[in-house]
Amino acid sequence: MAIAFRDETFRDDFTYRNSPEAVRRFPFPFDQDNYMYSVNMEPHVIGRKGSVYENLIDVDEHFVSEMRDRALVLKEDPLRYQALPHMMTAQWDTLELLMEQQALGYPEHFSLTKDGNRWRWVNRPMGIDDTFTFGDASTLSYEPLEYITRQAQGDFCIVDQRDGNLWMDAGMVTTQADWSLDFDVGMNFMEWHGPVPLAHQAGVFDRALKFLLNLQQGKPTRRFNWTMTINPRLDTSPENYPKWGPDRGTVTPENVGEKVHLRVELQSLWRLPRSNAILFVIRCYLINMQDLVSVPKWGRRFHRVLKSLPPELADYKGLTRYRDTTVEWLSKHDDGAPTSPGIWPD
Amino acid sequence: MLVQGIKSRPVYRGITIDPQARRHLVVLQGEGAEALLEQKGSLTPEILSRMEILFVAGAARGKDHDKTLAALSADIFWQAPTVETLLFRLGGSLDKAKMGTRLYIAGTEGFIGRAMQLALDRGMDFQSIPTEHRGSEARRVQCVHCKGITDNVTTSPFTCSHCGLPLLVRDHYSRRLGAFQGVNIDAEEPGTAPEPEELFL
Repeated sequence: MAIAFRDETFRDDFTYRNSPEAVRRFPFPFDQDNYMYSVNMEPHVIGRKGSVYENLIDVDEHFVSEMRDRALVLKEDPLRYQALPHMMTAQWDTLELLMEQQALGYPEHFSLTKDGNRWRWVNRPMGIDDTFTFGDASTLSYEPLEYITRQAQGDFCIVDQRDGNLWMDAGMVTTQADWSLDFDVGMNFMEWHGPVPLAHQAGVFDRALKFLLNLQQGKPTRRFNWTMTINPRLDTSPENYPKWGPDRGTVTPENVGEKVHLRVELQSLWRLPRSNAILFVIRCYLINMQDLVSVPKWGRRFHRVLKSLPPELADYKGLTRYRDTTVEWLSKHDDGAPTSPGIWPD
Repeated sequence: MLVQGIKSRPVYRGITIDPQARRHLVVLQGEGAEALLEQKGSLTPEILSRMEILFVAGAARGKDHDKTLAALSADIFWQAPTVETLLFRLGGSLDKAKMGTRLYIAGTEGFIGRAMQLALDRGMDFQSIPTEHRGSEARRVQCVHCKGITDNVTTSPFTCSHCGLPLLVRDHYSRRLGAFQGVNIDAEEPGTAPEPEELFL
């Protein structure tokens, strides 16, 4: 079924909204009433119809507007896209993977035709119809990774594997929860996770690294991460913190429902076939509190999660200024009834 | 001692001279000179005949490290008037360096970071470069907003020397940039930045 793409903004007048269908398919990340870091990885396989697991690379009603927002970010700050010179093979791997997955999942919107190395890529929602030579970057309007990630939702990092570690050596990062690709590019797994509190001590990163070093081709894996954002803003980069930081002081009991958003990252990790690098997809979904509590189980559970969150985590995620107001608002949507296991609505 | 537990911060293990190297390129800033001088006993004439020392006195001016280093009679001893000129010369030496050359860097953290950048740009692996932190704990900081770098930062917050925002110095270090990260401390409520605290002396 064709997706009706919305025309909306993630800045200035913030006209982003979720349709009722998008609310129902929102990837609510909490499978219990409290939250702590864990190596919460599971195989990234096709899941139930009408969920974000319907396809392995999810395209939704926000696609066209998200790509427009990305283009605006890149005009202002081209360093949001970077790739170290040894990553060209991995760039082509990524282009192939994203084209194939989008064409497979959404044939009415995307198609990929291969004639040897001569490929034709059609992206109908964005009005793109390009023919190029796979492996020859001069036949594309951008480097392969930049080309395809200007046409795919989510942030993308490619990590190189060497010396028993993973190295953040390429990426397109415009919808991030307050981390800088420009600063972190070239770092290894422990280094780029350096600022995260508590998790190092818990051994989470040691175990996650060990797991990822053994990731196999054809067996992608996934996990959730989450934070909160005031207004439906995709670009919450540290670069632009002075622009979005003041929003955190604007939350009142009257506007929580509209302004406060749960921000969920569906992260999927894919071993790439030619380069042996790993593609790290960080797909961001936003839902405001009003829409969240329209699913009673989610309203109850998120109230309990936010209320019991350790203060270090609340600080790290930048929630401190509006957490109490939000918990108070959510408490009116929590009748204390037990919640069912799992993430799905009842 | 530097603050421990910053995962992205390099570990400076010391610049013990590797007798296997065919050529020693030793880059020293200020009190970094002592890191080499303390090994004097093991610096054989053979090692010294294969050694190039590049030195800038910086904050240790007047301590006569230049004379003591010159007295080692290494193959090359060259003193730079400023860090900038030393780095320019280092770039030239690295461009001409042959296989088997080992680079050693000792000095302040900001200096190590900048010399390391020149080596990384030329394809050297950071793990093959011995480093030693000597002297002040002042930090080199990149403003994450305007990307401007401010050297010799001793307080947090401090005022970005480029865009003027008050910046918190985060314990997050980029080897590629040779700098810590500075983030606007009062972004959420402009005008509420706390007084600077002397943290990195």
